[in-house]
Amino acid sequence: MATQEPAPDASESLPAWSLPADAGARISIGVDWPERVTREWAWGGSTGEGMRVCILDSGVEPGHPKVGDLGGAIAVRVQDGETSIDEDAEGDLCGHGTACAGIVRSLAPGCTLHSVRVLGAGFKGSGLALLGGLRWAVEQGFDVINMSLSTTKRQFAELLHELADSAYFRRTVLVASAHNMPVESYPWRFSSVISVGSHEEPDPLTFYYNPNPPVEFFARGVGVEIAWLGGGTIRSSGNSFATPHMTGICALILAKHPELTPFQLKSVLYLTANNVGGGT
Amino acid sequence: MARAIFGARASSVFLFDEETDELVFEAVAGEGADELVGRRFPSSTGVAGWVLVTRQPLVIDELESDPRFAREAAESTGFVPNGLMAVPLLHEERALGVLEVLDRPQQAAFTLEEMALLGLFANQAAIALDLLQAARGARAVLEDEGGEGAALARFWARLEDSPPERRVAAQRLLEAVETLLAPARLEDDSL
Repeated sequence: MATQEPAPDASESLPAWSLPADAGARISIGVDWPERVTREWAWGGSTGEGMRVCILDSGVEPGHPKVGDLGGAIAVRVQDGETSIDEDAEGDLCGHGTACAGIVRSLAPGCTLHSVRVLGAGFKGSGLALLGGLRWAVEQGFDVINMSLSTTKRQFAELLHELADSAYFRRTVLVASAHNMPVESYPWRFSSVISVGSHEEPDPLTFYYNPNPPVEFFARGVGVEIAWLGGGTIRSSGNSFATPHMTGICALILAKHPELTPFQLKSVLYLTANNVGGGT
Repeated sequence: MARAIFGARASSVFLFDEETDELVFEAVAGEGADELVGRRFPSSTGVAGWVLVTRQPLVIDELESDPRFAREAAESTGFVPNGLMAVPLLHEERALGVLEVLDRPQQAAFTLEEMALLGLFANQAAIALDLLQAARGARAVLEDEGGEGAALARFWARLEDSPPERRVAAQRLLEAVETLLAPARLEDDSL
């Protein structure tokens, strides 16, 4: 296994397009990987503390018992084809974002949740808000962005794809809901995104790697107790709720191993999936 | 048909009205059906709203535990559904609305497989719906324009209701009118 070397100077951390013979320090891996990657190594003892998780959705009801406080909340406004970002004082008029936030919180209680509202009342579903919100979130450098939604607007596919790739290379992990139906929608189909479908088992930490893409992982999405508007909970099923399970698990892993690139994170997810590592 | 496949007590189709940003009860089958048709509500509210905005299918169980939802549902449908399954009606790039299937007394919860099945059904429904909307749009244009437009719309309605022999006769008449109205190119060409 590669050993940890002293951090090189700033110039060494710029993207390298080639590797000269004397630049071994440039490719030192910052993490000591064990002989066998276990769940204990991956996230044992982690609460997600220090991780900034963005819920890109319909907003999040701050103070909901299942959610707690938010680190911040913004809403995207679209006017005459232009998007702008404003502080969001409305919370969640729809409830979906709150439900997703609650699931992430339940898995990673120590993480900081941020809300970016791009859906719901007042949004025409044009896709511009989604693009604007995702662009802002990527620029903010969130550690994980949860997207329990998709768009079918083909005109945005390319831009979304670029954003997704940009996020991947900036170490912002995008986790998105796969679509159960045979529909062309995005961004879950992009290989740079962790796409999530549902399994039917009750354990929130049970997840499977899918060797048949484009859905990459199956997480708990059936019979989930979700936050419901007004402070309550209700039981629900759908890929919308499997996605924040993976988001929460990603937050746990990254809190313990913040140097991991998305590629390495996906490798850890693969190695600790129930159908690979046996769930240990 | 959705009701038959899933053994549901009721099912509804909500159409998305882009202009008013509302969902409209378009078709309801099952208990408490008739009074609901035409009812509207803001497009992002309720479970139907979630499904419309996120384009993701959803199942909600134990609805009776939400007092608000339960009361509203009871008032409009005459019963309180235990659970519902909702899928977006997607056609090409648009979300046309939402299809909901309510409640099954026998079994506990809708399964993933059933969600997938409803999704497939919804795809077909969306195609049909798209065609229906296009036809309605065309008729609305005709009716709105007044004058010849309205006359044409009335003509069309009459034609639809007429027996086959009358339709054939009307068709011939239409063709004759079409010839009369055709641009006078032939005369120019003959010069």
